[in-house]
Amino acid sequence: MTTDHLKHETENYNKTVFGFWVYLMTDCLLFGTLFVTYFVLQHSTFGGPSGKEIFSLPFILTETVVLLLSSFTCGISGISVNHHDKGRVIGLYLITFLLGATFVGMELYEFTELVKEGYSWKRSAFLSSYFTLVATHGFHVSMGLIWIAVMIFQIYFKGLTWIVHKRLTCLRLFWHFLDVVWIFIFTFVYLMGAS
Amino acid sequence: MTDIEHGSFKSYVLGFTLCILLTLVAYFIVVKNLMTGLMLNISLFILGFSQAWVQLVLFLHLGKESKSRSNLLIFLFMVLILAIIFIGSLWIMFSLNSRVMPKM
Repeated sequence: MTTDHLKHETENYNKTVFGFWVYLMTDCLLFGTLFVTYFVLQHSTFGGPSGKEIFSLPFILTETVVLLLSSFTCGISGISVNHHDKGRVIGLYLITFLLGATFVGMELYEFTELVKEGYSWKRSAFLSSYFTLVATHGFHVSMGLIWIAVMIFQIYFKGLTWIVHKRLTCLRLFWHFLDVVWIFIFTFVYLMGAS
Repeated sequence: MTDIEHGSFKSYVLGFTLCILLTLVAYFIVVKNLMTGLMLNISLFILGFSQAWVQLVLFLHLGKESKSRSNLLIFLFMVLILAIIFIGSLWIMFSLNSRVMPKM
């Protein structure tokens, strides 16, 4: 690679990652708005259950640890990308995918249990805002899972090229960002709601 | 290829350990009923935000190098907008509530 070419690639890389960062910040605004909606409607239970009655904290703690672990495996895969260790990168992304899928599965289980008991989003303003906030996060994680699956194929077939490298960096930012959002959901929705 | 990727294995392990610790502390404060009322909310608030900060610095590498100066700037702008949305909405809605709701 010539130095000119390298310079061009580096510039391109930085621009893309910066652009993706700006997108993440707008996503923060989306989540922030849903959070504030939840805070406003938190006590409008309309005779239905409050958070204290429906949240199962040990279950949520497991979900939190699973997502945190996936964020960790996703993060350290970046080091293997630098070492051009293709096998290890794919392995770490597979673990991340499985952990993420476990998280989404647990969340879907929680939602179906709530709906079965008659506590769906139709029950009260509190539940509407709760489902909107948590499911929007779950939807992001699901999209992230698709992205991870696509990237595993790209690493396998294309190898760790510049473009794949760039996309992996954006994916890692996205995944870490989702974990940060989940901390706020865990703290402000579940822990504060259950206490 | 130059090494653009930042963060070492050590920083990730440190970040992960800190996050698990902060999560568990927050969890046990609630489960064991160690605190109540305002004290509880303030502690959870601090624990939640410190964990977010740990992740922003150690996982998302916010503000670590000169290149991410603009990242930091955009981040701070987002925080400003978010603060306006938060404070504004809560202020307006609670003030409306107290004006419209009959006295219990």
